[in-house]
Amino acid sequence: MGYEILGLPLIYYLAMLGKVIVVFLFVLLTVAYATYAERKIIGHMQVRLGPMETAWHGLLQPIADGLKLFFKEEIIPSQASKLVFLLSPFIALVPAFIAFAVIPFGDTIEIAGYKIPLQIAAYYDTAAGKVIDVNVGVLYILAMAGMGVYGIVLAGWSSNNKYSLLGGLRSAAQVISYELAASFALVAVFMLSESLSLQKIVADQAGVFGWYVWKQPLAFILFCICSVAETNRTPFDLPEAENELVAGFGTEYSSMKYAMFFMAEYANMVTVSAVAATFFLGGWQGPTPWPILNFVAKVYFFMFCFIWIRATYPRYRYDQLMRLGWKVFLPLALLNIVVTGIVVTLFK
Amino acid sequence: MVSLHSYLILSAILFSIGTIGVLTRRNAIVIFMCVELMLNAVNLTFVAFSRYLGNVDGQIFVFFVMTVAACEAAVGLALMIAFFKNKESIDVEDVNLLKW
Amino acid sequence: MLESLFFLIVAAVAVLSGILVITCKNPINSALSLILTFFCVATFYVMLEAPFMAAVQVIVYAGAIMVLIVFVIMLLNIKTETDKRTSHAVLISSIIGLFVLFETIYFLNRSSLTGSKGLMDSAMIKSVGHTEIIGKALFTDFLLPFEITSLLLLVAIVGAVVVSKRKI
Repeated sequence: MGYEILGLPLIYYLAMLGKVIVVFLFVLLTVAYATYAERKIIGHMQVRLGPMETAWHGLLQPIADGLKLFFKEEIIPSQASKLVFLLSPFIALVPAFIAFAVIPFGDTIEIAGYKIPLQIAAYYDTAAGKVIDVNVGVLYILAMAGMGVYGIVLAGWSSNNKYSLLGGLRSAAQVISYELAASFALVAVFMLSESLSLQKIVADQAGVFGWYVWKQPLAFILFCICSVAETNRTPFDLPEAENELVAGFGTEYSSMKYAMFFMAEYANMVTVSAVAATFFLGGWQGPTPWPILNFVAKVYFFMFCFIWIRATYPRYRYDQLMRLGWKVFLPLALLNIVVTGIVVTLFK
Repeated sequence: MVSLHSYLILSAILFSIGTIGVLTRRNAIVIFMCVELMLNAVNLTFVAFSRYLGNVDGQIFVFFVMTVAACEAAVGLALMIAFFKNKESIDVEDVNLLKW
Repeated sequence: MLESLFFLIVAAVAVLSGILVITCKNPINSALSLILTFFCVATFYVMLEAPFMAAVQVIVYAGAIMVLIVFVIMLLNIKTETDKRTSHAVLISSIIGLFVLFETIYFLNRSSLTGSKGLMDSAMIKSVGHTEIIGKALFTDFLLPFEITSLLLLVAIVGAVVVSKRKI
């Protein structure tokens, strides 16, 4: 392992590849079983059993669903804008996955004498004696969150269908409004940590009482609600409101491409959960001494909340949604920033 | 390291593409996008110079250019919507009220 | 060597997508190509050790301005442009564009880089952090322009609402 590329040992690159594969498989498995968990949990909440037929208690249901979708006929509307129609499922799916590149999911581990940080876009600088990660990690996450909207908007537009177009436009307006409030909620956090690097943000939250959720409760609540809206989940799932818009932007999609939108929605849930866990619940610094377990448990907790909310609340109306975003959440987030700024200046 | 020269030539090419676009297209939104492309080419020059001269001022300038571009997008698109309401078109050749 | 190769590939993508912006008949396709160009420019910012600028480039250009443009194209439901421009006009504008290009490259080759070298080098960016450098410059030397920027944004918001709300 004595080789070096661009001044770094080869094992760093191998480790990075390994991390990419592990995280990718983790997200993929979580996405697959989140659909199962959702049906099961909502089933039990509504005093039903949920899927029971495929294997023991329906455990193989996601695989059966996947196979079914895979073998369905692929339909492309004849008047659709073909290239954009084919491209938009990918545009929806990819940002959800690559946002994971900067999220630390564990402490630094040691392999063959080299220290490997458990974060994809990071390496251990032996000369400086610290982990070097993306200097602008937070901004990277915000940028990728902003890209997700294109998939939905373009799917709506390229289908050449009134319902799809309306679904796409609604989604664009909704995601833009709520993304703003969610970003402003995060601003308060990095005002406290004084860094945009996620390593630093996690390192600052040592111990359960060091978590930013205690210092920034308002930001936490705002971020959680806004991320539900951003991922287009109930009670904010207006882009795909069945009773008004058929299936929204996904009306014309079938087979694997439909499955990709489905995956994108769940992958976004995982990403947002991971971001919330990292910013507010201390990332891998948590109650138990096992970093990776801490992180995964927190992500699954947020996923459970997503499903729980879906089973509990009815859908908002479109004007209520917009009013909530612009007249309640945005001013509250700004107020939070001002208060945090004053407190930080006074007590530093 | 890639030389400053390559960055400057690249941004010159992008700028010229933007210029040709502004001159040839008639759709106001496409013209607007070409202007954004030209702004980006200039931004690239600023950042390249800033990096090679070791002076941060160029990047600050890019920051301001981006802000102005954002304002321009908001007001420009509002103008286009207003124009579309009147003429049902955003073709720049239909902007002819002051022409004689 | 690796870096130059990477630069060439990304530059080729940037130029090709730039050409697509001005040749696509459909405005949505133009917008998509422009987003690709913006991503390429963001990549160059990363190569120039300006990660903050790259992130802001993606957030502001690709994430905000282009979403707005795509939104307006969809809202107005603009159809494919019927080409009324004569090939004559296209030829003249292409000549002007190419003239601009050759002029720039000509003067670029004749000139040389002068001026004193500043403090910001790779080592400094690595130890202080790019965001910190930008932040410090923005809130000390450039505080007044920064504040004026906020005024500009306010004016733009008010202007956009007023212009698009009423019939003019």
